[in-house]
Amino acid sequence: MIITAKVHKFGDDINTDDIIAAKYLDSQDPEFLGSKCMENIDSSFSSRVSKGDVIVGGRNFGCGSSREHAPWAIKGLGISFVIAESFARIFYRNCINIGLPILVCKDASKIENGQTVNVDIDKGIIEVLETGDKYYCDKFPDFVKEIVNKGGLINWLKKGV
Amino acid sequence: MGLNIVEKILLSHSAKKQLEDFVYAKVDFVFSNDITGPLAVQEFEKAGFPKVFNRNKISFVCDHFTPARDLKTANNVKLLKNFSSKYGIVNFFDIDKCGIEHTFLPEQGFFKPGDLIIGADSHTCTHGALGVASFGVGSTDLAAAIYSGKCWFKVPEVIKFIYKGKLNKWVSAKDLILYTISDIGVDGAIYQVMEFSGPVISKMNMDGRFTMCNMGVEAGAKAAIIEPDQETFNFLKTTPLLKGKINKSSFPKLCSDKDAKYCRVIEYDVSKIEPFVSAPHLPSNGKPVTKFKGVKVDQVVIGSCTNGRLSDLEVAAKILKGKKVKSNVRTIIFPGSYKVYRQALDKGFIQIFIDSGCMVSPPTCGPCLGGHMGILAEGEVAVATTNRNFIGRMGSPKSFVYLSSPAVAAATAVKGQITHPNNIK
Repeated sequence: MIITAKVHKFGDDINTDDIIAAKYLDSQDPEFLGSKCMENIDSSFSSRVSKGDVIVGGRNFGCGSSREHAPWAIKGLGISFVIAESFARIFYRNCINIGLPILVCKDASKIENGQTVNVDIDKGIIEVLETGDKYYCDKFPDFVKEIVNKGGLINWLKKGV
Repeated sequence: MGLNIVEKILLSHSAKKQLEDFVYAKVDFVFSNDITGPLAVQEFEKAGFPKVFNRNKISFVCDHFTPARDLKTANNVKLLKNFSSKYGIVNFFDIDKCGIEHTFLPEQGFFKPGDLIIGADSHTCTHGALGVASFGVGSTDLAAAIYSGKCWFKVPEVIKFIYKGKLNKWVSAKDLILYTISDIGVDGAIYQVMEFSGPVISKMNMDGRFTMCNMGVEAGAKAAIIEPDQETFNFLKTTPLLKGKINKSSFPKLCSDKDAKYCRVIEYDVSKIEPFVSAPHLPSNGKPVTKFKGVKVDQVVIGSCTNGRLSDLEVAAKILKGKKVKSNVRTIIFPGSYKVYRQALDKGFIQIFIDSGCMVSPPTCGPCLGGHMGILAEGEVAVATTNRNFIGRMGSPKSFVYLSSPAVAAATAVKGQITHPNNIK
């Protein structure tokens, strides 16, 4: 599957308080959470996102708390997937578990804000349309790939491990 | 090649004879709070799971927005209460019975060395202090484990930290961990386990060990762990659930093999470490306290799952005894649990706090995450014994949080600016 999407760029160590502030954690509604996404660091972010856009982060994206509200906020906002140089561990597994596509790309920092990318999710190749540059993503380990392919942890479990 | 302590625990909980890169392992206990719990319950019900794996091995501890901040948070507590009652879950704890999950659960004796536990809270790494493989997870992980009693794990690499030398006066576990995180960075142990060891750790009491392990996640760690020893055993003997039921032979000796594999070994001479403070907006922005001379504060917060145990309150009381906190510095003390609160009352610490002009709050996570009970206004500065100082963590995105030990926080409350405890006469 190939997706064409506009890039919203963030730096290193974007934490889960940045992604969704704790005061909103009384909600479990992805759409509401999405409307508050990144509010502490970029108050107009949610209003600039169009459905299908991508977030590109630097190192350690999603560090901090275990709140699954963070990937749900990103998903609820309509972001199609997140690319980063590296992900914090609990955020990474939360994305896998809820079926929010993520890609680990060591060249993520070379992608710029506002660029448009073609992403071949199966092959893990990102092409920047403006420059023609191609970047390659890490492959998921087989174990994780199986959960991703089933659409998340609950489906993986229900289909019998 | 031998195994380290975490590998041993993972292997003993998996169906395999040898560890592979990933394991699908049985868990001994799963727990959650009033933030991550409702989302887990929503996923559990959406999935249509018919039952829970073991009604005695699941817990909901209501600690984050409690005592309920407003109607929505009250409803979330009620949702967990109803779910627990529907499935016969025994260990549902409302605020009147518990405290902060990472203080309350271990002090009750829910965990013992060699256990594999998961909690839907990032500071679940705290319990590694008991020789437990204790991993923070998300709500969907929790929902799946409430049903299946299992969780998937990538087998992590382990970094061994060795602390040697003589601790300087006023240098505590908190200073060591802030120093360590500042040394390796907020992603210095990403996906890895931090094993704390060496003569300084052997001599450290359980309260300090919990503090060290609690902040492992602030370096990106999957877990933190300390080999259980006599100190661990002495602590477990005092817990209501294990009291009288354990003796020294209850647990097989649990330690890393001599030839266990570590991805890094890092040694620190603690005699070179001064009381340490981490500046906004990352826990890794740490420097010796003396570098922050003259930084004025509006609020001091002493407590949390990091530093809300009896020894933490004891050191704060020692500094505050007979003193007044600076006028216009809100000083909020929040004990980690009712047991800690009661002990602090018996020892006279609470009276010292109140006489010195502090506000004593019920046990709650409230101010640490900007939930309630101590929110910062725009432009305000706080010194807190909590664990994170991210942008907006304690309130306004334009407020500032400095992380410190209870001793530095108490000294700062007296002077109204960041202060080395030596300067309180």
